[in-house]
Amino acid sequence: MGSSISQHELDKALEIARSVVQEAIKRGAEVAEVEANLSANLSSKVRLGEVELIEQANTFGLGLRIIKNQRTSTAFTNDTTAKGLRAVVDDVVTLASYTEPDPLLTTVDPAELVRTWPDLSLFDPSLEMIDADAATQLAREAERAALDVDARITNSEGASLDRMESAKALVTSGGFEGGFLRSQISLSVSPVADDVANKKRTASFFDARRHRSALMTATEIGREAGRRTVAKLGATKIETEELPVIFHPDAGRSLLALLYSCIAGEAIYRRQSYLADREGTRVASEAVTIIDDPLIAEGPGSRPFDGEGLASRRNVVVDRGSLSSFLLDTYSAHRLGKKSTASAARSASALPSVAPTNFVMSQGPDAPSCILEDTRRGLYVTSMMGFGFNAATGDFSRGAEGFLIEDGHLGRAVSEITIGLNFDDLWGRIDRVGSDLDLRTRFATPTFRVARMIVAGR
Amino acid sequence: MAGDVDFDSIDPVLVGRLLSRALDRGGDYADLYFQARRSTSFSFEDGRLRTATCGVSIGLGVRVQRGDATGYAYTEALDDEAMMAAATTAGRIAASTSTSPAPPRALTPPNRYAQEHRTTDAPSEEKRSLLARADRAARAFDARVTRVTASLTEEDKEILVASSDGTFVRDRQPLLRFGVHVIAEDPKTHTRQAGSSGGGGRVALDYFLLPGRTPEHQAREAARIATVMLDAKEAPAGELPVVLGAGDSGILLHEAVGHGLEADFNRKRTSNYTDRIGQMVASELVTVVDDPTFAQGRGTINIDDEGVIAKPARLIDRGRLVGYLQDRQTARFFGTESGRGRRESFRCAPMPRMTNTVMLHGPHSAEEIIESVKFGVYAKRFSGGQVNISNGDFVFSLTESYLIEDGKITAPIRGVNLIGNGPEVLAKVDMLAADVEVSDGIWTCGKEGQSVPVGVGCPTTRISAITVGGTKVS
Repeated sequence: MGSSISQHELDKALEIARSVVQEAIKRGAEVAEVEANLSANLSSKVRLGEVELIEQANTFGLGLRIIKNQRTSTAFTNDTTAKGLRAVVDDVVTLASYTEPDPLLTTVDPAELVRTWPDLSLFDPSLEMIDADAATQLAREAERAALDVDARITNSEGASLDRMESAKALVTSGGFEGGFLRSQISLSVSPVADDVANKKRTASFFDARRHRSALMTATEIGREAGRRTVAKLGATKIETEELPVIFHPDAGRSLLALLYSCIAGEAIYRRQSYLADREGTRVASEAVTIIDDPLIAEGPGSRPFDGEGLASRRNVVVDRGSLSSFLLDTYSAHRLGKKSTASAARSASALPSVAPTNFVMSQGPDAPSCILEDTRRGLYVTSMMGFGFNAATGDFSRGAEGFLIEDGHLGRAVSEITIGLNFDDLWGRIDRVGSDLDLRTRFATPTFRVARMIVAGR
Repeated sequence: MAGDVDFDSIDPVLVGRLLSRALDRGGDYADLYFQARRSTSFSFEDGRLRTATCGVSIGLGVRVQRGDATGYAYTEALDDEAMMAAATTAGRIAASTSTSPAPPRALTPPNRYAQEHRTTDAPSEEKRSLLARADRAARAFDARVTRVTASLTEEDKEILVASSDGTFVRDRQPLLRFGVHVIAEDPKTHTRQAGSSGGGGRVALDYFLLPGRTPEHQAREAARIATVMLDAKEAPAGELPVVLGAGDSGILLHEAVGHGLEADFNRKRTSNYTDRIGQMVASELVTVVDDPTFAQGRGTINIDDEGVIAKPARLIDRGRLVGYLQDRQTARFFGTESGRGRRESFRCAPMPRMTNTVMLHGPHSAEEIIESVKFGVYAKRFSGGQVNISNGDFVFSLTESYLIEDGKITAPIRGVNLIGNGPEVLAKVDMLAADVEVSDGIWTCGKEGQSVPVGVGCPTTRISAITVGGTKVS
């Protein structure tokens, strides 16, 4: 237990993947594709200075997809024994006989498979040095710093340090064989402050990086969590009105994730997206450019090749407001009469589907403080909750928390309100974009302002 | 046998050795959670069974507790060396002299599932035919239906829980979920809408013979919602009376109060229900139970994932808070019974969770409740909800809802969210009907990254005022 991940694990994952592909071909599959993952995880959670949970494990997952007579099926297992690996092949072959031919099924042309790829610096071998004691120490420091921010912070939902290292291997019968190592370390803190009327307020904060050296210090993370929690004290509803709304990057990125769900190939050919017929048209204001870029060094969503063995490439999705490209894998591209944008990833069962890499809204010219100062009265949204989005229509309405903006300054805390607007208008009304992009998460935006939105309160 | 593990080989001797190793450095309590889960899903699209997937997930989770601290480790390899190593890793949380587990006492749980005819044993052709029937019915419903996808996912999960207090118990949990998703498009207005419907539970395939549970019924519901919503208007924004339809609206209860009543938050004093046992937390009309015994329900369990037989629990009795949802750790703290320790898989430590959470009936009728509203919203179907445990603020999103004007349900409205505060909204429940319905088995509850199947239910309910997050200011 607790053994770390290195080239040795990657070689092992490749070897298992290779043998399962061979077995599936032997059993009659015309195409066989296997993705295998080996990972090692350690997590330490501390609450009010005491250890609450230490978790440690190594985990394995293998997915197999086959095509036979234009039929496809997939299977996955975490059983690495010879018996388990035989069973996954049996399963997938049996299932393929139940599915029905799909004339549009297709795989990557072997001539397009990538042979070499860049090192994107996604793995930090020094993470294995962080043992349970060191992890606990970091979580303790972060929580202590949060509790020290203000006397009104009286409780904590805890702080946790998580580290993960993994080896991912992809082998296809079409001739692709590749793999890479990844790591991630994250530290999060959730302090709790007492508010009036029995209410408590909490605002968690975290940092997550591929390399230990890039992680904010435990004290910085704790202080930021504490500052955010105290700022929420006294939050109240406001009257229903139409206001300019500024989105903090933590709220902005969840809007971006919803937009992503409307430009992914499956949503387009299934016509589940309001953007299905909108390629080449204006879908946002000129201030908005959105790029999916898997090649950013140390990026949280970076990967050297896509889930079908195509070279990773940067895709401009929205170019100064115009929808320039959907994100496509081979199948969705084929259905739409287009070419793959090398945006495939594999599910646990190795079925290829479109996935975001680093899906980022480009930063603009303005310091966030300028955007605030130029907003006489408005709402500053720091977090949102709920699932109020209809991809088919673009209708958006979610619960929000944040601050009232009065005379260009952050005023009283606001909660229990909703903000709503159709996505066409929301993205179309973005008139200011900040210069504060931070690549902590695979969906990332700078601060931005929507000129007018309905804020529903009392 | 689910997956490729022989649970009969997990005997009291093996369990005793693993628990002894786990408690080698002391510790107050240790448990083992063996799991073998096999799942299959079928996906029907473009008029054909496009793909099918099956998966196997096996493993052992070992937990050791010392005071409030927990050590957790798991292994996916069920050989002796790997299992003993996991026990050693989990046991590192403790640092004193070894303690001994009690001898295992086998426990026979009740059976609340369809165990006789497991869907996983039925021919795949039968499942394909259910999906094809749904596809046909949805397309036949309305010419504006342009896309239909239907899916069926089935699971057979076998678990064995053994703990240092002598618990030794097995359970085999079937689970089925059927769903239809429809896109409707109106070429005249260039509008597009989506509709979904589904159900299931711990059922056998005879579930599909029940009225309201046929593939055709689910398909027509999905198509009906998508086409009705094509004509939906912008929703009003602001505080309005809201009538919750019976069944699906139970998700409000789940979010508004259920999570806040999970005892871990109350033990840590981070819930807004902390220290409020015995106090009024809702209107006198409101009684809420969490009942794991419903026959074949999605949230139904025989035993929880800590090996405790799960029994019904009353949480709110005529407005008064009477209990929390407990796992072993919180039950020790509060000096009460557990039975709600649930986990997503062997990879996760358990915590208090809901099963089937239901608001009981009231004295009114659905008709008189709707007639009583001059201008408000009728909420029928929900896509989901979320709560901030620390203060009870919640949001939930409607996929099918209507205006109520002068006591009548009128136009469908779109893009509607309801936002409020759990205790405040429950205090505003001022009419409650007798028509309690439990939602068909579709809901999955997420907490700290772990998903578990749950059931929700309620009667038609009037809330005197709640913030409706529409896009139209009146």
